[in-house]
Amino acid sequence: MTVPVTREQGLEWLRQMIRIRRFEERAAELYQLGKIRGFLHLYIGEEAVAVGSIPSFTHEDAIVATYREHGHALVRGTSMDALMAELYGKATGCARGRGGSMHFFDAARRFYGGLAIVAGGLPVAVGLALADKMQGRNRVTACYFGDGAVAEGEFHESLNLAALWKLPVLFLCENNLYAMGTALARHQSQTDITAKAQAYALPAEAVDGMDVVAVAAATSRTIDFVRSGKGPYFLEYRTYRFRAHSMYDAELYRTKDEVAEWKRRDPITTFEQTLRQAGLLADTDLEQMESRIAAEVEEAVAFAEAGPWEPIEDLKKDVYTHP
Amino acid sequence: MAKITYREAVRAGLREALQRDSRVFLMGEDVGKYGGTYACSKGFLDEFGPERIRDTPLSESTFVGAGIGAALGGMRPIVEVMTVNFSLLALDQILNNAATLRHMSGGQFSVPLVVRMATGAGRQVAAQHSHSLEGWYAHIPGIRVLTPATVTDARGMLLTALQEPDPVFIFEHAYLYSMEGELEEGPPAVDISRAAVRRTGKDVSLITFGGSLWKTLAAATSLAQEGIEAEVMDLRVLRPLDINSVLTSVRKTHRAVVIDEAWRTGSFAAEISAQIMEGVFYDLDSPVARVCSEEVPIPYPKHLEDAALPQPDKIVQAVHTLLGR
Repeated sequence: MTVPVTREQGLEWLRQMIRIRRFEERAAELYQLGKIRGFLHLYIGEEAVAVGSIPSFTHEDAIVATYREHGHALVRGTSMDALMAELYGKATGCARGRGGSMHFFDAARRFYGGLAIVAGGLPVAVGLALADKMQGRNRVTACYFGDGAVAEGEFHESLNLAALWKLPVLFLCENNLYAMGTALARHQSQTDITAKAQAYALPAEAVDGMDVVAVAAATSRTIDFVRSGKGPYFLEYRTYRFRAHSMYDAELYRTKDEVAEWKRRDPITTFEQTLRQAGLLADTDLEQMESRIAAEVEEAVAFAEAGPWEPIEDLKKDVYTHP
Repeated sequence: MAKITYREAVRAGLREALQRDSRVFLMGEDVGKYGGTYACSKGFLDEFGPERIRDTPLSESTFVGAGIGAALGGMRPIVEVMTVNFSLLALDQILNNAATLRHMSGGQFSVPLVVRMATGAGRQVAAQHSHSLEGWYAHIPGIRVLTPATVTDARGMLLTALQEPDPVFIFEHAYLYSMEGELEEGPPAVDISRAAVRRTGKDVSLITFGGSLWKTLAAATSLAQEGIEAEVMDLRVLRPLDINSVLTSVRKTHRAVVIDEAWRTGSFAAEISAQIMEGVFYDLDSPVARVCSEEVPIPYPKHLEDAALPQPDKIVQAVHTLLGR
């Protein structure tokens, strides 16, 4: 693992990864308690991807993510309070509680979801990039999706159209090796995802998604490419999900050994070791960090608990702008 | 009043939209070099340039989705899906994104997108090119569904649709493009919230929309020769539905026939019928009748296709049955 440039940067990356993990561990507990319902897809294991990539985008850039987007929204800057309240379904949530775990939205941060149909976000990202290009704005659209999406027609259509029209979109494939429970090799004849992108004349590369430094370096470099007007770029982050696909999943599709093997590459513990070895992290730093994050999580839970439910009278509000 | 074809009316609306708002652009299959499958955008590529008249790959889901994204990004896209038959490939974007984003985001995002497509049967293009699915689309909350039947609506509904902050779907019956009509005086942009009475009458309400309007008017003319005065109601907008205008008419005539080119089962005609029952049941002198398509994939030979679709004589017959003649 490569060493970050500064202590400050290293600590921030570590802090953000731990924030996501503690937020989600708490969410899983709250799910067991029945406070959170519906689907809850945890990002645990994949934190280095959001933490390494999201801060590389400017506030003017757009983010389109999937139903496994807690980490992306947290790093983008939506408050943990608003996200926890959204998990509860409270009116104080980032989408008034209407979306829940899979549908985080934040207009102020150009966070366009939280879109839960696999590959459904790619065409939208292409359109956002088209609008920027047509209006002469030097903005980039980040489009996150998983390896399952590469099987969908919209993946192929969107890569083609973005490359054809040279649109400023960065396609970011979070390859955690499983489309829910189906391994990549069990549903794709070509398992090299970058090769698929290259077939549409997109420059494409894969990066170690368990290494926050590598993720950050590759993402920054490819954003520069896209922002310079050369068209879209395709990045594959090779990562792994430590938890079940959603909350209930017998995990019959993978072995305990495989999971254990990947856990040895845990992006948080490995990065922590790297920082220690470089003399950039002391025990007190970590203790302080953990205790602040624990407080933030508990405040978010209290905020969600205290928040009001949207009144039933507002059920149909915002189906149309002018009903 | 000027005579104009439906095609020219659509074209006039498109041109005016492109001229008056630089955020408006047109994209879809063959809208540029080819000039539009129905020639609605012929010459536009030269007039407005390739930035604003965009030929797309045959990727319905992605170019409709890109329209959603471009709308979110501040543009006013007009997406032409060649026909309703191909719009099935874009259903994910329409139903899961366009229709939901505003509500699901708690009002943070709206999608000012206009999607146009040709619909309907009657041109001997067989089962895969003859669908009438606007009623399906009208099932979806979060979008508006327009069915312009006249040249005035063909031009004007588009202009009004572009002022809407939410997604609007416009269904142009393919049979109508070559039809000539009188362009009404007045501002080009027309109301998109109300149904319209196209012929007044007191004996029966004939309720329809889109391409079936002209068959219904022909039936009303024929009925008039026997002394039956039919009122013809053009719904114009399927969602949000102007049911009050329908109920007002039925309260007056006490009888209703709904004409819809879709298959009868689960048709929009079924919805209208149910709402009449719910709203004015005690004003009815007879059950609501429906004239819809037969429950078959639309066949190619003319005699079979004609037999499958609503026709003026079937409408006349339905009225006779209602009146006990």
